[in-house]
Amino acid sequence: MTRFSLTAEARAEGVAAKGWLRAHKWWLLRRASQVTALAVFMAGPLAGIWIARGNFASSEILGVLPLADPFIFLQSALAGHPPIAIAMLGAGLITLFYVLVGGRAYCGWICPVNVVTDTAHWLREKLGITRDRKLDRRTRYWVLGGALLASLVSGSIAWEFVNPVSILQRAFIFGIGAGWSVIVAVFLLDLLVTRRGWCGHLCPVGAFYGVIGRASVTRVAAIRRQDCTSCSACFNVCTEPHVIVPALKGEGSPLILSGDCVNCGSCIDACPVDVFAMTTRLGGPSRPRAPGADVGISALSGSSLRRSRGRP
Amino acid sequence: MAQKPQSRREVLTNAAKAAGVACLAGLSLTAYVESARRAEAKALRPPGALKGDAFLSACVRCGLCVRACPFDTLKLAEIGDEAPLGTPFFVAREIPCFMCEDVPCAKACPTGALDRDIPSIRKADMGVAVLVGQETCLNYKGMNCSICHRVCPIVDEAITLEWQTHRGRKMLIPVVHSQKCTGCGTCEKHCVVDRAAIRVLPRDLGLGGTGRNRAGRPA
Repeated sequence: MTRFSLTAEARAEGVAAKGWLRAHKWWLLRRASQVTALAVFMAGPLAGIWIARGNFASSEILGVLPLADPFIFLQSALAGHPPIAIAMLGAGLITLFYVLVGGRAYCGWICPVNVVTDTAHWLREKLGITRDRKLDRRTRYWVLGGALLASLVSGSIAWEFVNPVSILQRAFIFGIGAGWSVIVAVFLLDLLVTRRGWCGHLCPVGAFYGVIGRASVTRVAAIRRQDCTSCSACFNVCTEPHVIVPALKGEGSPLILSGDCVNCGSCIDACPVDVFAMTTRLGGPSRPRAPGADVGISALSGSSLRRSRGRP
Repeated sequence: MAQKPQSRREVLTNAAKAAGVACLAGLSLTAYVESARRAEAKALRPPGALKGDAFLSACVRCGLCVRACPFDTLKLAEIGDEAPLGTPFFVAREIPCFMCEDVPCAKACPTGALDRDIPSIRKADMGVAVLVGQETCLNYKGMNCSICHRVCPIVDEAITLEWQTHRGRKMLIPVVHSQKCTGCGTCEKHCVVDRAAIRVLPRDLGLGGTGRNRAGRPA
């Protein structure tokens, strides 16, 4: 082992090839986005600048635009509360937004728990902790189903009684009290028990946005996969490595189509030969330039969608 | 993660396992939700709040009511508070409801958990004041404190002073009229004894229920 470095090992090759800044471009953008999302809500109570009122569950932007979390909205409907127009509009706008930018972009670009679990994973790597209590990736869908079932049976918005995502964002915007214990529990789970345990295996909020993500427009693509040197940097840096395989090593579309992808761009950062790029499913200027002619069309065709669903 | 083709038996077994885990997770969460809801009995909700279970099916815990309150009365519950995690409530002894004419908190609610169309703050039912400390209330000791009566915003309607005889002495006793009282908590806030002798309780807890008397006739 070489001398100690704060940089994650998976990014080391990217840093060597492209410099620190270019190997952390998407990471820096993501952290800026996560901080900004909280900051616009905190500016009101702290500085009296009311851009956004409320919190991630439901909010009012500049006093007019309503936004609402569609997963909470769904639980509320299942719990038997007839939705009112403003809540439907808010949840619809958020759903539409994530269909455009990538469902689990919520996880990578907004959710503050992502910072907690990324830090846990980084520390895990630096401390050389290899213990990994394997969980099935689909556990999150069972938890999602359980949360919806519990809402139906109990007549309450059930997941909000325990949701660490809500606890943490509310902590910054309203205060937390003993809620830190839940966040510490998530951190320790990811650090000591299971690699990428919370966000990658258990969180039903991520699972919900993952379902939206299956249809989302913005996607990462392995547009220059013929240049791949099989160095594994992308697999090591990725929170959901299984999503890369069909795009990078498959014969079909170079687009990463799995709903599990959080559009974090870490693979773009880490790749020393710039195989990956942020693109869209649609044609146009950002259309992936890949071997094989009609990438945009084949990405939308039934066969490649079916294939992506076959690999959960 | 390459997947081997699965036999029908494997597919069915896995589906059954998944359904089992989902049911288990759902029922555990239901049990937890039920137990956490019991904590709610004492919490005072903002004006216009739906009752009990209906409130928890509608409130998304966004805090827009908290932001709309000009007096910092409302807060979102943290772990260990008397209301379920993240839901809005207030502690009358700390900051009571100031009964804004336009009810901004209810108007801010995006889900209908608070009634946005509440006709008047006078129609709010946050709870009801109950003179629980009959051994500590100064009026019951024959003094004329009556601070609860004097601070009540629904002047001389929600709390009146009535001459009553206790232990052979005539005393001026504060009497709460539950049809007029909104449960704003101003009386509890200003009660002069160390731990308030008059307290706002949710209506079910403060008034008891209607029912039948011992003879079986409607009370």
